[in-house]
Amino acid sequence: MSNAIIWVIMIPLLGSLISIIWSRYASLIAIISNLVALVASTAVLMRVYQSGPFLHELGGWHAGLGISLRADALSSILLVMSMTVISAATFYASAYFTDAAKRARFWPLWLMLTVALNALLLSGDLFNLYVTLELLGLSAVALTALSDNRAALQAAIRYLSIGLLGSLVFLAGVALVYAGYGTLDLATLASLVQANPLSQVAFGLMTAGLLIKSALFPLHFWLPSAHASAPAPVSAALSALVVKVAVYILLRLWVDVFDLVLTLSSTMLLGILGAIAVIWGSWQALQAQRLKLMAAYSTVAQIGYLFIFLPLIAALPEGALQDAAFTALLLMALTHGFAKSAFFLSAGVIQQYCGHDRIAELGGTARALPLTIFVISLSGVALIGLPPSGSFLGKWYLISSSFQAGQWWWIPVVLVGSVLATAYVFRILGHAFGPGESIGRVLNRGREEIPALILALFATLILGFGSAELWDLVAQHAEAAGN
Amino acid sequence: MDFFDNLPLLILLSSLLPGLAIFLVREENHVLRTSLNMFGALTKLALVGLMIWGVYHEWVSDMRWQIAPGLELVLHADALSVVFVTLSTVLWLVTTIYAIGYLEHSPHRSRFFGFFSLCVTATVGLALAGNLFTFVIFYELLTLATYPLVAHKGTPEAVRGARTYLTYTLGGGVLLLIGVVWLHTIAGPIDFQERGVLSGLTHLDPWTLRWIFLFMIIGLGVKAALFPLHGWLPKAMVAPAPVSALLHAVAVVKAGAFGIIRVVYDVFGVEYAAALGLLPFLGAIAAFTIIYGSVRALSQDHLKRRLAYSTISQVSYIALGTAILGPLATIGGVVHLVHQGVMKITLFFAAGNYAETLGIHHVSEMDGVGKRMPATTLAFSVAALGMIGIPPIAGFISKWYLGLGAFQAGAGFWVIPVLVASSLLNAAYFLPILYRAWFKPAVVKWPAEKPQSGRWEMPGALMWPPVITAILALLFGLLAGAPFSPLEWATLIAGREY
Repeated sequence: MSNAIIWVIMIPLLGSLISIIWSRYASLIAIISNLVALVASTAVLMRVYQSGPFLHELGGWHAGLGISLRADALSSILLVMSMTVISAATFYASAYFTDAAKRARFWPLWLMLTVALNALLLSGDLFNLYVTLELLGLSAVALTALSDNRAALQAAIRYLSIGLLGSLVFLAGVALVYAGYGTLDLATLASLVQANPLSQVAFGLMTAGLLIKSALFPLHFWLPSAHASAPAPVSAALSALVVKVAVYILLRLWVDVFDLVLTLSSTMLLGILGAIAVIWGSWQALQAQRLKLMAAYSTVAQIGYLFIFLPLIAALPEGALQDAAFTALLLMALTHGFAKSAFFLSAGVIQQYCGHDRIAELGGTARALPLTIFVISLSGVALIGLPPSGSFLGKWYLISSSFQAGQWWWIPVVLVGSVLATAYVFRILGHAFGPGESIGRVLNRGREEIPALILALFATLILGFGSAELWDLVAQHAEAAGN
Repeated sequence: MDFFDNLPLLILLSSLLPGLAIFLVREENHVLRTSLNMFGALTKLALVGLMIWGVYHEWVSDMRWQIAPGLELVLHADALSVVFVTLSTVLWLVTTIYAIGYLEHSPHRSRFFGFFSLCVTATVGLALAGNLFTFVIFYELLTLATYPLVAHKGTPEAVRGARTYLTYTLGGGVLLLIGVVWLHTIAGPIDFQERGVLSGLTHLDPWTLRWIFLFMIIGLGVKAALFPLHGWLPKAMVAPAPVSALLHAVAVVKAGAFGIIRVVYDVFGVEYAAALGLLPFLGAIAAFTIIYGSVRALSQDHLKRRLAYSTISQVSYIALGTAILGPLATIGGVVHLVHQGVMKITLFFAAGNYAETLGIHHVSEMDGVGKRMPATTLAFSVAALGMIGIPPIAGFISKWYLGLGAFQAGAGFWVIPVLVASSLLNAAYFLPILYRAWFKPAVVKWPAEKPQSGRWEMPGALMWPPVITAILALLFGLLAGAPFSPLEWATLIAGREY
């Protein structure tokens, strides 16, 4: 059990290597290794829940020399979420790819993406964060390029160059930190960092790099084409996880290390950009003609909500109110992760069934693929933020934090964003329930539809009704960080 | 009583689980779907019977489920929720029978009945909600469950109507949410409590409370179709007849009215709301809506549209009763929740029968229909006379108590003219229909008559529901003084609220 934290990374890594050698059994290898990693990640979460954050030094080398893995509430929750999404998408992908050559290229990259995600979430120092971020970006680009049409390749090239720009800017910030403080270990840095120009520039650079990666307005321009043209399981992982871990690093750096450096006005700027992202992304989603493009713009909007929380967290007094806002942020991120991946997987089913994903021509899909349309409805409920989804609670606290922090101007943003989200979700459903020919069975493509259903249920019922423990965990995290 | 504590949850599940199962039933499997429907409806009825017994004896039933710090799902049965739960359950049973007959040969029946059950589940959840948080959740769920029912026919007109419905109700839902969250931030979690919660919290700023009240009333007023938020209701008429019946009598419109009662009595406390000066505001809107709806109804030739405007007017009686301070007016408002329900559902059943059997959609086509369809037209007449307020039908009782309450509160000088004007207008748009139906000679050929089969004017599943609800409307008026009558419950509630 105590080695679970290593398994989370090592098992997918091994799987990736083996799947290159035995490419015939690659799907099976991927399924097994991701399930093992899922179990291991749950074990990590349980350990954090029971006995608090912990540190694992690889090979017994201490920080500074060796690599250390750290798990706390924030990282272990996101770890379990991302492994759940990855596992569901793995089952899905095992039925999705029909072309053997493409399948042989997909699995090693997919497992490498898993490794990068998990290692990033468990990294305890800036250099490892940089390395894993780079690995994540590269495997994501390669996976995007798997849809071998012209548009996908162009999107992948753009994704690659933007991603590299983002990590280089981040690396510059990391280098400045090393020059200034002589260490990259987050825990050590936390006690050293002072509010001086060096820290400000370094943190500014790292933030800028991460904003590119997390596609905050106006740096979102690369996202829609990349996410919309990738194969469905890849889109799911990109939108649900890859964008989100950049936000995770930002939060981690801000809360744990640079909280002295950050001023209320700079968080306010991020909040305003987030608010514009909510409105702009939702509006673009409403205009989109294709299902996957709509989902991609919706991701731009949903990322915006996460940034609106930052000025609220900065303004609220430490304690229960701040914890609640922080948990709500996390809940929104988790709900979006589950909902958006379910949405993309379902969009993939529709695309395979109809041969296209043009929204205006979806008529009859509700009769042909009832379960898939049901999943789209459930994830739509979560994207709008209606009960019983987790994002309903998230928005509840977003509104109440705005009242408590005296920043009431975010409330109309939430209102408009929700109305626009309603419009784009029901636009799809309106077309899907429209007239069309064939009547299908309830369960048409079990191996693709059931994983999507499970993810959608996580986004709605489970996070909506069963997230009480999340609050305990985050309160515990805040306490640990305060000490 | 463990069982009694779980009763609210069981009542919810008794329509939720059959509803979910119905989605999976194959279209052709009529028997299984009907059995599931009837099993759910009858189980719910039995459970509600138990609950009535319990609440009458002041057993407390309270279920809590912690969701987040300060946010609990609470299911709670009190006298007011029992009124609404019973109304929903009884009318659901009748409407289900009607819908089975009505949709016999149309497509997508499993989808329809699935959402139909979810809609009732949301309504009952709303009735049993023990705090504002739970209320908001079921309020939004109700919107989601009714949207597919309004859009059911799938025609461009239906899709447009459903979109209008969604825009109004979700917009209202967001405003309600803002009001509720705002209240939470200044006053903490609000459990519904007889005589109100806020009246005990004197440190709160009265102006903030007034703003919160405004947000909540706008949010609830959309569903209750208060002027000027009523625009969706006539457009939602494109839904199939059983849906319109349920929407107007129980589910959506009543959810708004019920919410207004809850907010005024069990959140603010009616006396405190009066002290804050909120009641005249609500009363003025309600009074205006009563007159406005009736005037608009006069000029509608389309039968269902005329009934829709009549609903806008009649539901505001409930808000009016809430807005007048005093137990008698409270009785009038609460009892009208039930009375309007049984009368209006009768009218819509009858309208559906005319359309289904003879193809009649407009008032101008109804000449002589009484001879062709005597049972339906008799039921229609009873309900229409009740709406006007003719004794001894239920509607008379509501208006009587509203009038008495107005005098008691010293508001008679403006309420009585509103009541009189409204009754005259009701008469002006209902009596011509009755005259046409009974006394004018029948036209030679009905617009789209179906061949008559069997001994009655139409299949029994369609004919009996309006007859039953018309009899209920008559009994509620005749036996208003009997134990367990709606009036007696309303009196019980009024006694606990002051």
